[in-house]
Amino acid sequence: MSATTVLLCGVGGQGTILAADLLARAALAAGLDVKVSEIHGMAQRGGAVTTVVRFGDEVASMVSDLGCADIIVSFETTEALRNQAQLKAGGSLVVNDEAIKSLPVLTGKAQMPARAREDLVGLGALLIPAERLAREAGNVKASNVVLLGALSARLDFPVSAWEDTISRRVPPKTVEANLAAFAAGRAFVLNEA
Amino acid sequence: MELLSGNEAIAQGAWEAGATIGVAYPGTPSTETLECFGRKEGVYAEWCTNEKVAVEVGLGASAAGARVISTMKHVGVNVAADPLFTAAYTGVGGGMVILAADDPGMYSSQNEQDSHYYAQAAHVPMMDPADSAEALAFTRDAFEFSERFDVPFMIRSSVRVSHTKTPVEVGERAAFEPKPYEKAPQKWVMMPAFAKPRRKVQLERIEDLRAWVEECPYNVVTKGAGKVGVICAGAAYQHVAEALPEASVLKLGVTWPLPAGKIRAFAESVEELYVVEEASEYLASGVAACGVDVRAFPRELPRDGELSPGLVRAAFGLEAPEHLPARDDLPGRPPALCPGCPHRLVFKELTRLRAVVTGDIGCYTLGALPPLAAMDTCVDMGASVSMAHGFELAWAGEEHRPVVAVIGDSTFGHSGLSSLISTVYNCGSGTVCILDNRTTAMTGRQGNPFNGVTLQQRPSRELDLEGVVRALGVEDVRVVDPHDMAAVRTALKEATSAADELSVLIFRAPCVLLERKRRPPYAVSAACTGCGVCTTLGCPAIARDAETGTASIDAGLCIGCGQCAQYCRFDAIVAE
Repeated sequence: MSATTVLLCGVGGQGTILAADLLARAALAAGLDVKVSEIHGMAQRGGAVTTVVRFGDEVASMVSDLGCADIIVSFETTEALRNQAQLKAGGSLVVNDEAIKSLPVLTGKAQMPARAREDLVGLGALLIPAERLAREAGNVKASNVVLLGALSARLDFPVSAWEDTISRRVPPKTVEANLAAFAAGRAFVLNEA
Repeated sequence: MELLSGNEAIAQGAWEAGATIGVAYPGTPSTETLECFGRKEGVYAEWCTNEKVAVEVGLGASAAGARVISTMKHVGVNVAADPLFTAAYTGVGGGMVILAADDPGMYSSQNEQDSHYYAQAAHVPMMDPADSAEALAFTRDAFEFSERFDVPFMIRSSVRVSHTKTPVEVGERAAFEPKPYEKAPQKWVMMPAFAKPRRKVQLERIEDLRAWVEECPYNVVTKGAGKVGVICAGAAYQHVAEALPEASVLKLGVTWPLPAGKIRAFAESVEELYVVEEASEYLASGVAACGVDVRAFPRELPRDGELSPGLVRAAFGLEAPEHLPARDDLPGRPPALCPGCPHRLVFKELTRLRAVVTGDIGCYTLGALPPLAAMDTCVDMGASVSMAHGFELAWAGEEHRPVVAVIGDSTFGHSGLSSLISTVYNCGSGTVCILDNRTTAMTGRQGNPFNGVTLQQRPSRELDLEGVVRALGVEDVRVVDPHDMAAVRTALKEATSAADELSVLIFRAPCVLLERKRRPPYAVSAACTGCGVCTTLGCPAIARDAETGTASIDAGLCIGCGQCAQYCRFDAIVAE
């Protein structure tokens, strides 16, 4: 029973749940079994959140585990580090190049990690300027879809499956900008490689 | 093939079974079930004031002949326990299915109680789906069983079933002919003369159910190659299947009553028998009571919190794959009240007052976290008002800090109202703050009696909150704008200084997520002295520079509420 595990992490409100939903539907469209596990409720008020998507011929557990995530997609640099123990040896880190201060940091009770970017680069992370790419694509809120585009370059679903899923699932007025955001994230990774 | 969450699948199952009525009070992780049900064709769904009311409305509709679904989180079952236990005497008319959604790991709850114990204690059959396809099928089938055995059926889910999306094949809606109603006091009037014979009926039914669970197709054995056998149910089954592919597994789809014969046969078929379950000993003790030997794990399985395949493997002494160490040098990221949240200043002012604050269940429980750190207690729905009365009783006749209860509008409607009636009746004192943000915010902005919004957007009425409180006999009732610092401060000071009186302050302003109105953001000018007062509000939009101490406002997060500007003595926070 071998399934691919993608852990999406970030800060409540950043859109991890929508990104996970789009990923799962792309996997489903590719004929795979899939599970998406979300956390709702209190953590969504700006807390640390994780959403797990697992897909393959047959998927049993819906959660990730130490050393089991094939890919971590982090919407924020500190949250990528917080979840690093979940990463499989040889797994990929796709990280939005943005640091969001948590309340203990804002109030001076704690510090952000001093070398988060360097540490992530040391782990082989792909740092994605998602907000800039989303803005250039025409919708500053589409950072999550930029990251999905970046992730798509690490998976072998056909581009058409992604595009079909995005077109069906995002609000009609934002389809064009979201498709552009997806393409920008994907191109960014393919050009880096 | 559709991709549905467990909650969506339960709603679909109820719909396919021909259920026409849905009743609930929102609570994570159950909430979307009834919202989803309410969007379907040919159904009526409503938010009730609490879970007890929901189950009673549901039982009435069932008695009248309809198929009914009622949904709640695990702690909601506590509230609904009273009708639940006696519904297991009366039985049903149309089929009745009750969802109990547990929260092992306490992602959004005050405890991690196991609803299986309710099924056992109330003698209500319970089914445990392990994914969305099962959630649909079990719920759909449970309606028929409810009618066949004349008892409500419970579906038990957890966060990882309710909030996990998996592929589901959906079906058509069955035609259901409502059961004709006939007056039957010996079945429905549970006074001693009728309840005693119904208790006998219940005991006979339990025997029928025990026979049924031995044969029903929901308890499934998967034979493995190894010597280990595991009994499990629900999400834990998925972790076991992942962690121990060699093990034989008895997956229980019905978790009360337990299939004692099947359990014994399974135990005999394996060399070593284990029970894997989350944050509970329900199954292990139930299996042991069948007279089989349940092994202790070679290593420990956590007794609290959620399980994962890795934790199951670790309990059998299997190592985790190679992985990076967890970082212990990262700042925490607790949830926080949103920028512009109307609750913020109330908590700030309560901290200034050095009040003892009895809190309640909702977004505003976040007022307990630093830097506001304004809350002394939070136990259950409505407890703020009654616990405040208890504090006042214990400290009667002594000089003491002001005691203030803080409760949201929806929670007040759920059970704060009956607490307040009790305080008034017993001539209690103190201050009750009702944070009326016009919605049930934490669970996703549902309707409630005080905002007059109903689940299916049917026309309703807004209950007059201050009118209700005055009608109880509270004389000092005031409505205050919670964004106005001076008004909040004055109201709290006046209310708490009238030591022998009971005051109710209604802080009324809509939840920021309800209106999504943004005014121009504020900014910090060069006049900032770095005093740090604004950061004591705990607004995610305000940062304090670690070296200079000066403040800055994130224009992307600020919604222009202006709360912080009122606290700046140097007029350094200005609208842009």
